[in-house]
Amino acid sequence: MRIVVDFDLCESNAVCMQIAPDIFEVRDDDFLYILNETPGEADRSRVEECVQRCPKQAISIAED
Amino acid sequence: MTSIPRAVTIVGASLAGFNAAEALRRDGFEGPVTLIGAEDHPPYDRPPLSKQVLAGDWEPDRAALTDTEELADDGIEARFGLRATGLDLNARELTLHTGETVAFDGLVIATGARCRTMPGTDELSGLHVLRSLDDCLALRADLEAGPQRVVVVGAGFIGAEVAATARGRGLEVTVVEALPTPLGRVLGDEMGSVCAEVHRDHGVDLRTGVGVDRIEGDHRVERVVLSDGATVDADVVVVGIGVIPNTEWLEGSGVEIDDGVICDASCLVADRVTAAGDVARWPNQLFGETMRVEHWDNAAAQGAHAARRLLDDEIGPFAPVPWFWSDQYDRKIQLAGRVRPDDEVRVVNGSVEERRFAAIYGRGGRITGVLGFNRPRHVMRYRALIEQGASFDEALAAEF
Ligand SMILES: Cc1cc2nc3c(=O)[nH]c(=O)nc-3n(C[C@H](O)[C@H](O)[C@H](O)COP(=O)(O)OP(=O)(O)OC[C@H]3O[C@@H](n4cnc5c(N)ncnc54)[C@H](O)[C@@H]3O)c2cc1C
Ligand code: SF4
Repeated sequence: MRIVVDFDLCESNAVCMQIAPDIFEVRDDDFLYILNETPGEADRSRVEECVQRCPKQAISIAED
Repeated sequence: MTSIPRAVTIVGASLAGFNAAEALRRDGFEGPVTLIGAEDHPPYDRPPLSKQVLAGDWEPDRAALTDTEELADDGIEARFGLRATGLDLNARELTLHTGETVAFDGLVIATGARCRTMPGTDELSGLHVLRSLDDCLALRADLEAGPQRVVVVGAGFIGAEVAATARGRGLEVTVVEALPTPLGRVLGDEMGSVCAEVHRDHGVDLRTGVGVDRIEGDHRVERVVLSDGATVDADVVVVGIGVIPNTEWLEGSGVEIDDGVICDASCLVADRVTAAGDVARWPNQLFGETMRVEHWDNAAAQGAHAARRLLDDEIGPFAPVPWFWSDQYDRKIQLAGRVRPDDEVRVVNGSVEERRFAAIYGRGGRITGVLGFNRPRHVMRYRALIEQGASFDEALAAEF
């Protein structure tokens, strides 16, 4: 599982960071950073929740 | 103590309903889940309907939240194009518009809201509201047909976005707003004026403090007559004057209705029945206030909460700080909290002149809200302070 963020869509509102602060971080420069692009299967359900709760539909999961 | 349902039926297959269904599966619920929705489409996202899809930048399928295959993979039975017309709580049965009755055990009510319309204007073409994908495509087709003038009635968030998108298409736009400043009743006059200036900067003819008397035309809209007697020629009119919760199908069911479905603090409506999203009115204990919220984030979060409430009696209250965003022109506007127009307002970051700022609202010594223009990070930081019940002084002193 690899996390893909469409940065043209992301507006840095940090919803994902509230769900998974170990994976997503919005920093002082107002940009979103992915701290862990390839989390393990144990994190799948949380990442899926981020995908669904991102208001901009900016996050997706690539299976490669 | 109510029992946990063996099966869950969700009525309303949009943001709240979809999030309810997915939350059940995410929490390991293994019983049957059925999602019933009046629209023919699988759940899709509404915000792009006034933005990317209306602009023509996205094709409609990009706004999809899921598809029938994905729903099937998650074991969610999708029944679209079916409208619930009645609810019998004793028999635990729904009636659909086809006459079919559907037995249920657990139920999530997520029928959302529809647009308020102007009376006596049903027959005119070129007249639009914007709620559904079908509404959006009809309006988009009219905008693509090369109109000369677009009139938007109502400068709320949807009206403002439609105006911005139509300007982006190079069309002439007039916005008519009954209030002295757009969103004045939400943001107060000071910040409402900022919104007004943003429209004017982008070449919108904004008429405030004036209502619409009538919309005239022979088969097709031709002009809008304002309450001050002025007329504005129009090829396309978009009416954005608020929404009405979809509760008619619940009348006589015993479910309490008062501008929305009345829930308790945990979203429970009746035994093994919950409600969520634009249709739900509940006491938000964080604010000590009963509210119905018409925002994306609320529908998604409350949908999940209402589903989990059916599985867990101990889940507790649903008490978030409501927030939403609105994209207009190149501005990303966000508002979090529960602000009133007479709250004290202070700009805490950036510059109003440059339309890049964060302003916080306060009342009774507490921070009640935060408004951001291109300041998403600040909005979320102050939102956390609101959640903690911080004082206005603490919030003013905070540095982000
Ligand atoms: C154009 C537009 C732009 C928006 N932009 C933003 C934005 O930028 N930011 C933001 O925060 N929010 C925005 N919103 C608001 C957000 O989309 C809504 O808050 C959200 O859609 C509410 O979701 P819901 O599931 O509660 O209700 P709805 O989305 O209204 O869905 C209810 C569903 O139930 C169905 N239904 C109704 N009655 C029945 C019945 N009797 N039987 C079966 N099905 C029924 C309806 O057909 C509908 O599909 C926007 C809304 C619109 C319309
Ligand atoms: S939730 Fe979506 S829009 Fe918000 S910061 Fe995360 S990726 Fe960006």
